[in-house]
Amino acid sequence: MEGAVDSLFFYDYRRETLNKIIEKKDLSEKVVRMVLEAPLIAQKRKAGQFIILKVDEKGERIPLTIVDSDAQAGTITIIFQVVGKTTAVMAKMKAGDTIQDVQGPLGNPTEIKNYGRVVCIGGGVGVGVVYPLTAALKKAGNEVISIIGSRTKDLLILEKEMGAISDRLIVATDDGSYGFHGFVSQVLQEMIDKGEKIDRVFAIGPVPMMKVISDVTRPQGIKTIVSLNSIMVDATGMCGACRVSVAGKTKFTCVDGPEFDGHEVDFKLLADRLKMYCDQERQAYEQHKCGCDGN
Amino acid sequence: METKEPKEKKEKVPRQKMPEQDPQKRVRNFEEVPLGFSEQTAMLEAQRCIQCKKPSCVGGCPVDVKIPQFIKQIVEGNFIEAGKTLKETNSLPAVCGRVCPQEDQCEKACILGKKGEPVAIGRLERFAADYERSTGKVTVPPKVKANSKKIAIVGAGPAGLTIAGDLVKLGYDVTIFEALHKAGGVLIYGIPEFRLPKAVVEAEVEYLRKLGVKIETNFVIGRTKTIDELFAEGYDAVFIGVGAGAPVFMNIPGENLSSIYSANEYLTRSNLMKAYLFPEYDTPIVRGKRVAVIGGGNVAMDSVRTALRLGAEKAMIIYRRTDVEMPARKEEVHHAQEEGVEFLMLTNPVEYIGNAAGWVTGVKCIKMELGGPDASGRKSPIPIKGSEFVIDVDTVVVAVGTMANPIVPATTPGLATSKRGYIITKDESGLTSREGIYAGGDIVTGSATVILAMGAGRKAANAIHDYLSKK
Repeated sequence: MEGAVDSLFFYDYRRETLNKIIEKKDLSEKVVRMVLEAPLIAQKRKAGQFIILKVDEKGERIPLTIVDSDAQAGTITIIFQVVGKTTAVMAKMKAGDTIQDVQGPLGNPTEIKNYGRVVCIGGGVGVGVVYPLTAALKKAGNEVISIIGSRTKDLLILEKEMGAISDRLIVATDDGSYGFHGFVSQVLQEMIDKGEKIDRVFAIGPVPMMKVISDVTRPQGIKTIVSLNSIMVDATGMCGACRVSVAGKTKFTCVDGPEFDGHEVDFKLLADRLKMYCDQERQAYEQHKCGCDGN
Repeated sequence: METKEPKEKKEKVPRQKMPEQDPQKRVRNFEEVPLGFSEQTAMLEAQRCIQCKKPSCVGGCPVDVKIPQFIKQIVEGNFIEAGKTLKETNSLPAVCGRVCPQEDQCEKACILGKKGEPVAIGRLERFAADYERSTGKVTVPPKVKANSKKIAIVGAGPAGLTIAGDLVKLGYDVTIFEALHKAGGVLIYGIPEFRLPKAVVEAEVEYLRKLGVKIETNFVIGRTKTIDELFAEGYDAVFIGVGAGAPVFMNIPGENLSSIYSANEYLTRSNLMKAYLFPEYDTPIVRGKRVAVIGGGNVAMDSVRTALRLGAEKAMIIYRRTDVEMPARKEEVHHAQEEGVEFLMLTNPVEYIGNAAGWVTGVKCIKMELGGPDASGRKSPIPIKGSEFVIDVDTVVVAVGTMANPIVPATTPGLATSKRGYIITKDESGLTSREGIYAGGDIVTGSATVILAMGAGRKAANAIHDYLSKK
């Protein structure tokens, strides 16, 4: 006998992808840390990899670096800054809520080796991205010097955490409200000028910061790894939205990166392409904020 | 029976035209262009079929749809039954009725086509499938006894959905692993709403779920888990149907300027992410006023027609050969022409020109002429020296093809691939260089059609059934 479909067993195809928010904490006014239930990703994930998430049915797919994971608890940690509609929606979510779609782990892991003496540099929310690879580099036996910075003291994140995994931690703020008064690149420049031995630099943060750091290390030929935050859609190499130019060749950040040699990256192209949807993003964000006020 | 009726009476009925949205109106909306047959029109068209004893049309169908049977059921007014007949051999009839190149398959083989026009098999297929869906009387066949064997299918596109339907009906425990957040593959991310409404695809995917197929979305095989891990978890066979999911660029200067898209990105934003509904949906897309689409295939036509609907004042196809060699379906080219798309033939881009902020402002092209036939048998285009000229554009979509996505082959040791990265199969069964792993669709053949991928899924289903029955 043929049965009407409605009476049939309905398979819950989302059971593996529940993506529940286990914990949420505001690290600063606009920076949020979230622990998500994502057991499969937690098992597989290595330092340097990222996820794509989509908050709800009408949401955008955005890439976020996996900051930490706990394979036993089946959780991953992400850190994001509220910059547009998706992140604003996420900032309002609470523990117990779920993110509709989480896909990963994506991208190539950081090449972790004992390089000797490494400098790990994080700027703004980029400190969250540099944290996992700093931890991995420390574990691999490197002497780790970390330089972290932000615009002002209130926006600084993970100072304690970075301190715990670094042999030396230097903090810089643009306005001088805390630590060194100036940019992280200036701290690095001073180290180089003093003749400190540096075997490799890892720099993650805003595009101008990564560009300046790469310029600072170029004369000495200190290998500098940067992690790029290109716009992505599918993040599996299908669409090419994230294409960047590295050593004159087109690469896809999602499958060829996200980490590249900073001396070979065309930062102007990266910065230009990141601005492609500025107007629309502002429009969506403004409408979202108006909608929220209306409630 | 109809075959006994006088022959001349049959020939009086001309091939029924498909009613369509008016070009002036449709060019500003994303609603479907062909509106579908009414019951009367469908019955009239169905009567044209002479019910051949040895129907050659079936031989022209990669999934062996029982064409005369379902058409006869339409003649008799048994529309629901016609829909069921379709689903016996085709899990996606509402899709196939819309996007199959019937003129090269079933309708090409139709005996009526020898003297006049073939039966509109595709339109009738769409009618029957739509009728079943719109009346809400979709039923599933009785469950067969489950066997304990587990099948993993990588990719929820046309090949994967077909093999999933076939194997679940044979009692296998079937799970599809899909990288994106939605099942359907190219049917969801690639083909636009105005040619294939997403509700149609979703309904067909839902039908497979009701048959018992499990679908794990957001699951990237090669990243979330590897094929070898699936075997270790107890899967008995794996089918790879991941498509040719990597865009081809031409590697000419300026190709990374802002507002130059691959067709994959442009269509994924618009279709999968519904950027045409921004800001109701969050994903943005550049709404260009002067849009150039490079290429002459169906994907190029989909892109250029999307550009028009997004508000382009001038939408152009730039193609290096002539309309004779253009690989797109005639129907699609015709629709694009009706909608006002300009066709620049024998023209090829050589460089993109941008402004200081990195946005594309122009495309420098060179005129071409046709020489002798190339490897594909088509006349090869040769650039005419000194014929360069610049076209002002604000958006470009590169639709010159796709290539193999390396994620699955690169993470599956021992899986043989060709120089260009496509998976090598032993024969039509889809068996790869590794026992228990089969592959089919674009990842084996390179860019082809929905129905050919479905045919490959069908053959691999039979091969996997043979393999596991003997094991």
